Amino acid sequence: MPILTKANAMTKSELIARLAELNPHLYHRDVERIITTIFDEISAALARGDRVELRGFGAFSVKQRDARQGRNPRTGQSVSVTSKHVPFFRTGKQLRERLNTAT
Amino acid sequence: MDGKTITRAQLSEAIYEEVGLSRNESAALLETVIEEMSQALSRGDTVKLSSFGSFSVRSKGQRIGRNPKTGQEVPILPRRVLVFRPSQLLKGRINKAMAAKKA
Repeated sequence: MPILTKANAMTKSELIARLAELNPHLYHRDVERIITTIFDEISAALARGDRVELRGFGAFSVKQRDARQGRNPRTGQSVSVTSKHVPFFRTGKQLRERLNTAT
Repeated sequence: MDGKTITRAQLSEAIYEEVGLSRNESAALLETVIEEMSQALSRGDTVKLSSFGSFSVRSKGQRIGRNPKTGQEVPILPRRVLVFRPSQLLKGRINKAMAAKKA
């Protein structure tokens, strides 16, 4: 049973602002480009079927879900769901430990 | 899948090429981004990256587990786990690419 935590959120623009604050010598435009590049590269790698491993943080991979017979939950009618690929993230050991020692 | 794994090295190379900073600085900035995200998550915050996905921390209550080898019951302590929810855009991009590959 999951317990809800206080959910402050860090958005992409906040991440950009933080990186800019830590690196006052960089143009804001370049800071934006750094963030965009990182996540674009990860997305592109996954789209190629590659894995992305950031040791200490975690690893992204693509998993294949087989075709299956699904059901429309409202009508109960069975529908066929084609096989698909889903991105998957596995938390790295170090981050998993940090999550549980912080508080 | 294809077995190729992308690491920090390729991501910082992409920053180097895309933004035109030195290789050293590109690597350091990538590290800062990963660290800032890790810190936010360790505080229990959510990290939302539009068009990529969001990372959130979920607290799990204590439950009884079982050592699969011995069958002995052991308590699993309450802990915090990280969950990644890919954006619709990322899921769509991956599926489109995979479908094109197959065709």
